[in-house]
Amino acid sequence: MITVTETIEKIERLDKKRAKEHVGKEILRSSITLKVFRANRAVGEAARYDTFEVPVQRSTTVLDALLWAKQNTDHSIGIRYSCRMASCGSCGMKINGIPRLACYTKMSELEGSTITCEPLANFPHLRDLVTDFSQFFAHHKDMKPYIQNSDADLDASQITKLSEYLQMPEDVDRFLQFSYCIKCGLCYSACPTVAMDIKFPGPQALGQAYRYFADSRDTAPKERLDLVDEKHGIFRCHFAGSCSTVCPKGVDPALGIQLLRGHLLGFSKNEKKVAELKDRSKA
Amino acid sequence: MEVYDRNNREGLKGWLNPGRYGWERVSYWLQRLTGVGLLVYFVGHVYETSSLTQGFDAWNAMLELTQTPLGHMILLLVIGMSTFHSANGIRLIFTHGGKGLGKPGRPDYPYDPVSLNYRQKSGIWVALILAAVAMLYGASVLFGGE
Amino acid sequence: MLRESQIMKIHYMTGIAALFVVAVHILMRLVMPFNLSLEFDNVILNYHNLPYAVLLESILVLIAIHGFNGLRVILLEMRQSRGWENFVTVVTIVAMMGVIAYGTRTIIVANGLSLG
Repeated sequence: MITVTETIEKIERLDKKRAKEHVGKEILRSSITLKVFRANRAVGEAARYDTFEVPVQRSTTVLDALLWAKQNTDHSIGIRYSCRMASCGSCGMKINGIPRLACYTKMSELEGSTITCEPLANFPHLRDLVTDFSQFFAHHKDMKPYIQNSDADLDASQITKLSEYLQMPEDVDRFLQFSYCIKCGLCYSACPTVAMDIKFPGPQALGQAYRYFADSRDTAPKERLDLVDEKHGIFRCHFAGSCSTVCPKGVDPALGIQLLRGHLLGFSKNEKKVAELKDRSKA
Repeated sequence: MEVYDRNNREGLKGWLNPGRYGWERVSYWLQRLTGVGLLVYFVGHVYETSSLTQGFDAWNAMLELTQTPLGHMILLLVIGMSTFHSANGIRLIFTHGGKGLGKPGRPDYPYDPVSLNYRQKSGIWVALILAAVAMLYGASVLFGGE
Repeated sequence: MLRESQIMKIHYMTGIAALFVVAVHILMRLVMPFNLSLEFDNVILNYHNLPYAVLLESILVLIAIHGFNGLRVILLEMRQSRGWENFVTVVTIVAMMGVIAYGTRTIIVANGLSLG
């Protein structure tokens, strides 16, 4: 069991290590040129890039800079954002060609005097930096992203039974990191297969397929494997790893996909430990 | 099945710029390129060796066409491609089976992905180095003379 | 029809098997000086050697399956209409069989050829 002190010490060690690596790499500027992709698909507006001179400080993020430009220069910049702390996944965009969260990317970590902001690739474009996520969510939904358990008591009148599925920490660790997905779409944007194949579910959906496959409360592993065993399914992933490279939450969808494929190919055993349903009222 | 919109998909351009995302993306790109290259060579090779069935003169005419400096350069490229494709392919068979990637756990700052570990990166480098060594040896045989 | 997992298992197995047989094929070019190994008589002698002829046939089959399946995967990712997918499946299978047939013809005819 890792203690709070150990975690804090680890973070301090990592901060010192990163500080050493980043000395000279942290680029401090007083202002930056922000180049923003502008187009309104609904009215057939032609695409163009607008530039804005934005003052920056050491902690200024790309989102801060965009909102400054929106507030002070051009109110019509279309942008999605919400939590400003890499928790909601709304502000995903291509920053200098790489899919990143605007709120999580500091100006000081970007090279060059011009920062280019473009909408996420592989998503239908709506306006400026805003894209349509309905295909992405549809692929996710196709994976049946919920616990499937025929033994689960769904009858409300049975609620007095106080039953729960027991999971040990090791059982949770098998799927926990994949449950941290915030559906920001950065992995979908980075994936080379998604760039061409419209039927490929994408790293987010396949990662979630593994999340539920590995969960000991789920009793439909075979059905989940059959779902991805298709011409445009899991085998169209070639472990380019770009999804895990860009993921801001450490979900590592590439890991989930390869582990799921290992089960499909027979590299890993398919006997699954199923969580026991405990009736707590009879403790 | 809904008809999905191709709008804003990167398309082939998404394949052609492998340098953005690290070594694993480069190895994906090289694996594809070498695979297609080797397939083209394979078909050509089956065709060129069929000149054997037309007798001594046809075979020698084929050799005159292929045993040239350009032919040897192409063969060197094929040697490099096949070595990289094989070595990287073996790495990929293991990773596609979920081996050599580490275990899922509790992500912690700085959220480095466990699957893109030193084993994968060094596997890619080993494949590249083996390809280079094979090409060097091939060059010594093809251009070095008996 | 085969499931995708079955097709890909074949793809991986043909890849691994091809590695060994192709390595032997390349090494045969090094048992004597390279240019000498390509002379008509020496090549015909190879084809007269039955185990080597079987090796060549196995290379043909394994590489054709592995290569054309790889091409099928690449082409399937490029476009996703039903017509295109059927076209790709048919063309790659036909091409696979065509190359195997053509190469087998070479092996059989060369096996029957006398030395120059």
